[in-house]
Amino acid sequence: MSQKPDAIRQLASGNEAVALAALHAAVKLGAGYPGTPSTEILEVFAAQGGPAQWAPNEKVALEVGLGAAFAGARALVTMKHVGLNVASDPLFTAAYTGVTGGLVIVSADDPGMASSQNEQDNRHYALAAGVPMFEPADSQEAYDFTLRAIELSERWRIPVLLRMTTRVCHSTTVLQTPGHPVPPAPPVVFVRDIPGRVMIPAYARPAHRRLRTKLEEIAAWNDKEGPNPIIDRDGELGIITSNVTYQHVREAAPGASVLKLGLTYPLPIETMRGFVASVRRCVVLEEGDPFLYQAARAASLEVSGKPEMYRFGELDVERVRRIVAGDTSPEPLPTAGKPPELCPGCPHRNVFEALRGLGCIVAGDIGCYTLGVLPPFSAMDTCVCMGAAIGVGLGLRHTLPLEQARRVVSVIGDSTFVHSGITGLVEMIYNPPPTGHVLIILDNGTTAMTGLQEHPGTGRRLNHEPTGKVDFEALAHALGIKNVRVFDPVVESDAISGIVQAALAKDELSLLIGRRPCLLAAGASKARGKADAKP
Amino acid sequence: MPSRSTTNVVIAGLGGQGVLTAASILAEALFRAGFDVKQSEIHGMSQRGGSVSSHVRFGDKVFSPMVPTGQADFLVVLAVDQVDVARPMLRAGGMLVEPSLVESKQLTSKRSLNVALLGTLARHLDVADPLWHAAIAATLPERLHAANLRAFAIGKMP
Repeated sequence: MSQKPDAIRQLASGNEAVALAALHAAVKLGAGYPGTPSTEILEVFAAQGGPAQWAPNEKVALEVGLGAAFAGARALVTMKHVGLNVASDPLFTAAYTGVTGGLVIVSADDPGMASSQNEQDNRHYALAAGVPMFEPADSQEAYDFTLRAIELSERWRIPVLLRMTTRVCHSTTVLQTPGHPVPPAPPVVFVRDIPGRVMIPAYARPAHRRLRTKLEEIAAWNDKEGPNPIIDRDGELGIITSNVTYQHVREAAPGASVLKLGLTYPLPIETMRGFVASVRRCVVLEEGDPFLYQAARAASLEVSGKPEMYRFGELDVERVRRIVAGDTSPEPLPTAGKPPELCPGCPHRNVFEALRGLGCIVAGDIGCYTLGVLPPFSAMDTCVCMGAAIGVGLGLRHTLPLEQARRVVSVIGDSTFVHSGITGLVEMIYNPPPTGHVLIILDNGTTAMTGLQEHPGTGRRLNHEPTGKVDFEALAHALGIKNVRVFDPVVESDAISGIVQAALAKDELSLLIGRRPCLLAAGASKARGKADAKP
Repeated sequence: MPSRSTTNVVIAGLGGQGVLTAASILAEALFRAGFDVKQSEIHGMSQRGGSVSSHVRFGDKVFSPMVPTGQADFLVVLAVDQVDVARPMLRAGGMLVEPSLVESKQLTSKRSLNVALLGTLARHLDVADPLWHAAIAATLPERLHAANLRAFAIGKMP
């Protein structure tokens, strides 16, 4: 261990456990973009003194983490599942270059979509990119596997995925620290390795072969000494499982033998083969896509999977019981609770009221303001991914009949604009629709949906200290947007309709910025402003 | 002595009522009493005033962090209009702990209703008062300790 923390037994969430492991392993840089359910990892890491920073988006976060790992430093990069789509470009080639310092990438998946636009299963990324993947089942494993991931990353010089899910990130369970000891961190110094890190085709071809050799070695290691314990019960029923599903399995089928996979890529196929042979019937139990099942079948293992209906949503004890029993009868529907809504007094409300009143076609985006889709506003027509408001709005403008095209507006939040909207703004300049376009940035000065994180447009770093600030108006002017208008959606609430209407009538490119601090953030940011003003 | 097989508690209410805080205090108290404890909840969209619930399970060894539907031994509901939403979680013969059980007039702030209802729940759990007090102190900022210890005591009074 780089540090020798005292033995402590405590309750911790999975996210807190990852942060503690990063601290105990002396991780030199934590980078990420906020996203439920991953956000607390870097916040806790920073609160305990770890060097952490928010990046504009996940791609940049991974690139910064990769640079740190090239330097020999340990790096932790965190994001929600859809964030890995954004970061997938560096991911696939970082698998080729490999790393010097340990590089752990947390993908926090959201099966059941508690707070996401899809429930993609990011285990496929491990397979597709060729990076090892750990899957913890509780906070203890979140801690232990973070340490093991760093160790494995440094031993094989390869980035490692730590794939969590909402139920691991946000469940609080008993955590004992310190755990698995990690070798001391390598020295941080630049060592030139041109063929290893410059991925021109001539160097990338051998790099791909090196990657596949590493994965073969890791698979053999995983079979021999990987974190894949077997619970030996009766020989009748065996269950192969991983992550939090293991917990449901132990409760739903206490008599079954269980092979619990901790490193789910590259899989310990021989361990799985031996387990299947030791039981009369073997079921693969997993949340989401049939990832383990397909790998087992491809290796000719005689296992059964789950009926298609259990691909959707989270698994729980009852659903696992049904899968084991082969029960495909309709499931009871959960009682509908009260849906979330924009806070009373939220400045976004006035903008959505105006857009509804004007009959706008609204290309929306990801954040609190997506709630503008719900009654009483019902003022959003599309929401796909971070930044899509602008591209989708432009596509609508380019192709709709003119009367409809003139009603299209793109609406995006400040943090989302910095994340993925700036390239959309460039597209707007480069390929302007004949009717022009109107982009509205709802600037509440924070990343509200995920719990009030800073971003490059707030001019404050993760720890709220002042830093460089992206000026949206100056950026738009520099790119050549002629019409830029800032309004206060509360003070000028009666004027919003007129402002939008005037912009729509122009057939030109307009940027409207509705600027008013989020009610939830206003108190804290005012206090920080005063504190900064003191000498 | 209660059984040490897994006991299930569900705390339900609306975003902003302190459902998650109450669950954290409960889990901390049970942990200090020597139980294996798991607490599970969904953050995110629920923070915008929608329905929120948190599951707390304890015993000698807890596996799944989620209480199966219809198996809650205790259902603590902070908002009267959420009782029907959450009721399917409660097992037959399970106990409903709801706001009407607390003398709300005695509470100096309705923000401490969550902790008062924990006091009511505490009548039925094998956790000594000092552990509850320590859990409240460990979970809440210091300026809120006195008010919440008082709320806990009000809820606990038979």
